Amino acid sequence: MVPFAGYDMPVQFEGVKAEHLWTRDKAGLFDVSHMGPCFLSLKTGLRPGDETAHRDIAQLVERLVPSDIQNLKPGQARLSVLLNDQGGILDDLIITRPSNTQKNGSLYVVVNGAVKEQDWALLEDKLGDLLTLERADQSHALMALQGPKAEQVLAKAVPEVQDLDFMQACEVSFLGHNMLISRLGYTGEDGFELLCPAEAAVICAEWILSDERVQPIGLGARDSLRLEAGLCLYGQDMDASRTPVEAGLAWTIQKSRRSRADFPGAPQILNQLENGPAARRVGIKPLGRAPAREGVQIFIGDKALGAVTSGGFAPSLGHPIAMGYIASEYGEPGTQIDLDIRGRRHAAEIVALPFIPAQYKRKRKTKA
Amino acid sequence: MKFTEDHEWIKIEGETALIGITAYAAKALGDVVFVEPPELGAEFSKGDDMAVVESVKAASDVYAPIDGEVVAVNERLADAPELVNQDPEGEGWFCKLKAANLEDVNGLMDRDSYIKFCDGL
Repeated sequence: MVPFAGYDMPVQFEGVKAEHLWTRDKAGLFDVSHMGPCFLSLKTGLRPGDETAHRDIAQLVERLVPSDIQNLKPGQARLSVLLNDQGGILDDLIITRPSNTQKNGSLYVVVNGAVKEQDWALLEDKLGDLLTLERADQSHALMALQGPKAEQVLAKAVPEVQDLDFMQACEVSFLGHNMLISRLGYTGEDGFELLCPAEAAVICAEWILSDERVQPIGLGARDSLRLEAGLCLYGQDMDASRTPVEAGLAWTIQKSRRSRADFPGAPQILNQLENGPAARRVGIKPLGRAPAREGVQIFIGDKALGAVTSGGFAPSLGHPIAMGYIASEYGEPGTQIDLDIRGRRHAAEIVALPFIPAQYKRKRKTKA
Repeated sequence: MKFTEDHEWIKIEGETALIGITAYAAKALGDVVFVEPPELGAEFSKGDDMAVVESVKAASDVYAPIDGEVVAVNERLADAPELVNQDPEGEGWFCKLKAANLEDVNGLMDRDSYIKFCDGL
């Protein structure tokens, strides 16, 4: 166990490599209760069935994020970023419109554990006159079930999950407890996140773990899985000094928002979209066996061109991988670079992200 | 064989000392994926960073248990770092030092003391 974001968290159970490979092959259960789930709702109250209530709350949240929240369909989740006035990333977050239109005028939002207090303070500060923020991190546990067998395992108790596409959520009863289940995750695999009342967390976790296809997974494998999937860790691969364009997250800024140009840092971000950023996040494949971890400097010849922000060994690939920022003109896949690891140069290559293809379930056809 | 509180083992063979990390350390590190051994001829004082062992999880320093000069490194670890997990106190040795003062090892723990030390962690 290690301290992480104010919580005691398991780094590993059986071992990072074994847990990593198990998740890619079967299903892994992660306790991610350190994260920051919360509910936002209009101070003026929900307006069941009224589309304009969704529009109203979406417009408020859009003051802080560059994604289109207004056009979310019921039950749709979207990755976005909280921005400062220069377009720097304060956090990444998932914003979900409730599947039940009776709850129009509310949103389910999950922010990162390490920065949840400051995120929530920002939301209160900027929108507190108009929105109520109900934090759900103490009242609820958040668990992630990830891997190719996740659907089959969960569907034994909650058949509704089979109807969810990637980035869709629904409210269901699981072992008699109300639960919010989202089809998404942080591993590159198909899978789910479950917001579960705290008093039901142990019984639900035990039920899931009683399936022989499921093993508990620690923080170590969570990190190696997300790195292979090319997913950012806030505080390492992005922070307030990086914009979504630099971080490779320009896709979180939908066209509607680009044309409205009404989000924090819009001038800087739109300029980068037009002209390209000075530096950008890339995938890096060290050609030897030495892992390149956070802080390792990137060179071509004598020129320092950037640094690694996350790196380690990729159990599914059998070699080291890393992500980092490099001056944009050197960011093309295939570019040969050197990494300075403990004072020695190690050859590496820029590669496309992700390192392994995502296994998300998209555009499920309706069953007859 | 003697042990340090930093989980290195040291085995005296004549004038030289074979050095590696303990089974306890190898298990705690998890799957070792890379070892950066010291350079031949390098001289270390007790407690100096001598080598680096990288697991899937993290990079960890290996410290010199005594003063000495590196006279051999385990070349096999370059292609088979998993030897550190498979046989930490045998085939997974890191390097061989020519001890500056063989009596230095007397201050280190014997196996019983080391096991007690680990039990207290």
